[in-house]
Order: sequence, then structure tokens, then C-alpha cells
Amino acid sequence: MSTETRPFPQSRIILANLWVAILAFGVAAAMAMMQAISRANLEVPYRSARMYYMSVTAHGVLMALIFTTFFIMGLGYAVAQKEIGALRSPRLAWISWTTSMVGLVMAAIPIFMMKASVLYTFYPPLQAHPAFYIGITLVVVGSWGWATEMVLAWRESRRRNGDHPVSLAMHATTANAILWLFCTLGVAAEMLFMLIPWSLGWVATIDPLLARMLFWFTGHPLVYFWILPAYTLWYTVLPKEAGGKLFSDPLGRMVFTMFVVISTPVGLHHQFQDPGISAKYKLLHTLLTMVISFPSLMTAFTICASLEVAGRLRGGQGLFGWIRKLPWGDPAVASWLIAMLLFLVGGFGGAINAAYALNSVVHNTAWIQAHFHLTVGSAAALSFMGGMYWLVPKVSGRKLEAVPLARVQPWLWFLGMVLFSFSNHIAGLMGVPRRVYTTDFGGSAVAKSWQVLTTISALGGVVLFASAGLFVLVMLATLLGGQRGAQQPIEWAESLGGETTKVTTWDKLGLWFVVAAVIVVVAYGLPLYEHFQLVRYGSPGFKPF
Amino acid sequence: MKVDLYEKIWMIAVSVMLTLFFSVIAYEAVAMGRMPPSHVETIDPRTVMSDPRFAPQGVRVGPDGAVNVHVVGLMFTWLPGEITLPAGRPVTFHITSIDVVHGYEIVRTNAQTMAIPGYVSQFTTTFDAGEYLVVCNEYCGIGHHTMFTKLHVVPADQWQAPMTGGTPVAPTEAPHVH
Repeated sequence: MSTETRPFPQSRIILANLWVAILAFGVAAAMAMMQAISRANLEVPYRSARMYYMSVTAHGVLMALIFTTFFIMGLGYAVAQKEIGALRSPRLAWISWTTSMVGLVMAAIPIFMMKASVLYTFYPPLQAHPAFYIGITLVVVGSWGWATEMVLAWRESRRRNGDHPVSLAMHATTANAILWLFCTLGVAAEMLFMLIPWSLGWVATIDPLLARMLFWFTGHPLVYFWILPAYTLWYTVLPKEAGGKLFSDPLGRMVFTMFVVISTPVGLHHQFQDPGISAKYKLLHTLLTMVISFPSLMTAFTICASLEVAGRLRGGQGLFGWIRKLPWGDPAVASWLIAMLLFLVGGFGGAINAAYALNSVVHNTAWIQAHFHLTVGSAAALSFMGGMYWLVPKVSGRKLEAVPLARVQPWLWFLGMVLFSFSNHIAGLMGVPRRVYTTDFGGSAVAKSWQVLTTISALGGVVLFASAGLFVLVMLATLLGGQRGAQQPIEWAESLGGETTKVTTWDKLGLWFVVAAVIVVVAYGLPLYEHFQLVRYGSPGFKPF
Repeated sequence: MKVDLYEKIWMIAVSVMLTLFFSVIAYEAVAMGRMPPSHVETIDPRTVMSDPRFAPQGVRVGPDGAVNVHVVGLMFTWLPGEITLPAGRPVTFHITSIDVVHGYEIVRTNAQTMAIPGYVSQFTTTFDAGEYLVVCNEYCGIGHHTMFTKLHVVPADQWQAPMTGGTPVAPTEAPHVH
């Protein structure tokens, strides 16, 4: 069989990215269980504060940056090959993978040698080994290669199709790539002009607040970079796998384009408690944050409507009867449905975090870790696991193995997250800070009242680890021992309103990118201008780990 | 773009909801002053300990009777240690750090702020009588979880101002009412 007729002419680049995602996920999940137990003041082997903070750093980097980015890159290459066949530049894809891998190894060594316990937010003046910063930078630079490849595939598809728009999946993937190229300028500037020269000793001091502003310039759009691939699967795959059709294709295009426009100028809502930034700019970012929840709320409608179409086509009756008729036994479908269910709670929690004055109650408490384990840790991560149940057999040509385990896994994730996340939401409201090795605070009376909640959270951590273990087992069994066959092509869900045959304004991603740039210049230009008017003092580095 | 009737209804409904959310937030901020701590002031982190804004740390009562608390965060403690404050009176905290970023969180209240070296944070709050745990809620190194202290809040008539007329008194001499 010639390579041209295979659905994935360059399957190796997809699998190379997915392998990294799976292994990073396995390591990070093991560390997470120890952290949850430690926070409940319970003993585990090798437990120490140094170990704990190293492990929080490793967990954050491996989960939030490595697992997510490599899965997203793997999925993107699959989408692009479905769209145009062979990639425009396979070499660029491999350079991208290699660069990110070199970066991963460079960052992992100082982390595990306990020379970079600065957590994945790496706020200065905590100072890690330079290799940590250079490594993370290389991971991001590598991902730019992927993003460029996506834009090239999009342009090629546009060129071939004339007046006909690209597929919704390609549109969504390209929107995410553009968003990523744009928003990572913040962290790139922080790394190249601040952290790297400072950690190498070329400059003596650093402005910690400016570093935080640049970090969150990237840090919030990062969550859309995670969630858009989950949305992509929900819009373009789930309706078909569930036995129905996508409710509206044009609305989907609008949703993804809106993320390009307004994902970035919202970062100050992570800095509500920071001094040195005027309240008016924080309020401006609050407004923009409310706007960016619009496309997610539209997604909630479209996906629920699509699922109802599927459930009714499968014979579901009555107001809610269609829900039971959905194919819950399919591991991928079950993963996506559960991911959405958890996202419903996480999304509303996010609106509370962003609600300006309300943020004072929850900022940096256990509420926050509870929140983002429902969003990135469930809506994104569980969707990615479902995505791999669906995609890996197609690309590798191997049958999904250990299917019963894959059926149980999403439900275990659900149970673990309910235990972990609900207990931590309440704990946060009761004042438990996040990212602490123990929560006993010298035997303080108020800290004693937290013990029940932190113990439930630890139990959740154990269940989540069991779920993660099942996922990794299923993937290893499939990739290494799965029954060999031929690659299977991806088939996108059809739209209820028929195929979209005309390019509309929402398809003009280049135009919207310009709009995005203008909004960002205003929303970040004003607070940065204010910042540079201050008499500022730098900070030397500290390595208290 | 053809938009389904139900889509249209949903679009309008969520737009109304989000507008309402933001209107409430903006109204509270503008009309009632409910805002996150957003004080803009800088300080040289190397000279904090001799800067009159923070030397000495502790409770100061201004000539107008305003209660101010001056706090310095450093790895891994808050200076001064335990302090006593009056219930029911507005207390303004001024907080900075001399090393890394810390987070000053008064547990079970909505009073908290980041303490960033080079910057002075400020918030004003009012307490009920009782004992409050103060923790660091921003990771600051290996001893992060050991960085905590207490506030004792006593009825205003039992509280004795540790300083008068703005004359600084060393915080160790501050009277403690238990």
C-alpha cells in the first residue's frame, strides 16, 4: 500500500507526540497522589517538604504544559492530515517535536535534581536553575513549529477549496494555533528578556510584578489552548460517535473565532490580589472575561442540542429520556460526556474567580486547585483521554485493547474528581491555602477543622491515580500489543443544517487576528504604561528549596 | 449566518446573564468600593527594614485614631508576630516583602493580598472579636507551610493602642490581651 492512500500518511509524527503525552501523564499522576495525601497530613514513603514542592513543580509542568501540549500537537497533525493529506512540511513537524523534547529533558533534569522547585508558575524572585527556564522556552518554541504547520495546512485547504470553507475541525485547530502563537509572546518575553538573563547572572535584579504580568498574558489564554482541542472533539467528533449530528456548524465557527479575538486581554483576573496594578484595569479585564465566557456558554447549548439529537435518533423519549440512550458504554463518548458534566461546575466556579471582589475569598486557596482540576484536569484532560481512545486505534491501526478497563476509567475519574474537587472547593472557602506541604499550621484550631476535607481530598487523589493508571495501561496495551490492522480514517460529524458551503466573515482568521491584536494593545497597553511610570526596584534571586 | 430560533433565545439569555453579572460587579466597585486590593506604591526591598513605612513593624494609631498595621513578609515568617487589634474599627494593613512573593491571607475572612517585593500592598478591613489564623498563600520556598501567625481581635473598649501620636513603639512592647 502506498503511503498516499493511507488516511494518515505521516502517522509517526502523531504517535510520537501522543507517546510523550501518555508517559508525562503517567508520571505526573503518580506525583499528584502523593501530594493529595501529604496535604491531609498523612505519611507516605519519602515524604518531605523538599520532595513535596519538587513534586508540585513536576506535576504542574508535566500535566499542564507537557501532557496537554503534546496531545494537542498530536491531534492537530491528525486533523491536518485528514484535511490535506501529507503535511506541508513534515520536516518542520519533526524539528518542532525534537525542539520540544530537548526542552522537556532540559527542564526535567533540574526539576528532579531539586534545583527548580519554583512550581509551574515560576514567579520570580524565586530563582530556578537556568536550564529550567531554557527548557520551558524550548518546549514553547517547539510548539510554535506545530502552530505554523497548522496555519500552513489551513492555507493549503483554503487554496484547494476556493469558496468552500475548511472543515470545522481545521478551523478550530487553526484558531487555537493562532491564539497560541499570539499569547505565548508574553511568556517568551518574560523568559528571554527577564528570567534567562537573570538566572544566568547577566542581570542582577528583576521586576517581579512585570514578570507576573507577562506570565499571565500567556497564562490565561493557555487555558483556552487546553480547552479548544476538547471543544474541537466535542463539536466535530462526539455528535457522530454518539449517533447524531452537530446542531450548528456556522455557530461553531463563530465560537472558535471568538476565542482568537478575546482570549488574551483577560490575564489581570489572575492578579486581582496584586499590588501595583490599578483597580480600573482589573475591572476592564473583568469585563473582557465576562465576554469570553460567551462562546463557552454557546458551546454548552450547541453540544447539548447535538447530544439530544443523537439520543432521540437512538430512540430516546421524553424530556430527559434521550440522555440514557446515549452510548455511555463507548469509552471515548463516556469520557467526553463526563468531562462536560464536570466542566459545568468548573465553568461556573471560574465565573466566581473572575468576579473581581469575590476573588478575595478564593484567591490562592484550595478552591483554585479544585476549580482547575474540573477545567483543565477534567474538561481538557479527560477529553484528551477520550480523544486518545478514539484516535490512537485509527492512527496506529491497532485495536483498542483492555476495553473493559477503558470503560471503567472515565467513571473512576468522575468519582475521584467529585471527592477531590468538591472537598477542595469547600476547603478553599474555609481558608485552606493551596500548594502547602501540610495543612496543620502548628495545630491551630481552625486548621483542625479542615482535616475531614483534606482527607476526602486525599481519597479522591487515590481514586484519580487508579483511573490514571487504567488509562496508561490501556494505552500501553493498545500501542504495544494491540491487534494489528489498517489505519482507519477520521470521519467528522455532519451538521444538522447540511454542509457549510460558503466562506463567511467568521472564517477569515487573519482578519480576526488583527482585531485581537488591537484589543490586546489597549487592554495591556494601559496597565503596562502605568507600570512603566512607577519608580521600580529590582529583586535579586532566591533559591529556598 | 442562519441562526436557529432556540439558539437565538439562548444567545440573548446568556448575554443578559453576563451583562447582569458585570453590572453587579461594576456597581459594587463604583458605588460601594468593593474592589480587590489594588494599591499602587513602590519601595526598595533592600531598605524595607529601615524605611519609616515599615520600621518598626506592627500596629500604629494615627493622630486621627486610624488603626494601621505594618507587616513585612520574609522567608518564612510575618513580622511582627502575633498582634492584637480592636473589633469593629476599620484597620488598614500595609504589607510588603523583602525577599520572594508571599500571600497575606487572614483565614476565614475576605482579607488577603499578595506581598510582592518592591511594592506595598494595602487593604482596609473590620474584624469581629476572636482569634484569626494568618497564613502565607503564595508558595515561597521549602518552609512555605510554616509561615503563619495569629491576630487577636478584642472588643474595642478592651483594646489599648500600642502607639500614640504616631510615635513608633517597638512591637514587642505592644500589650497583648488574651
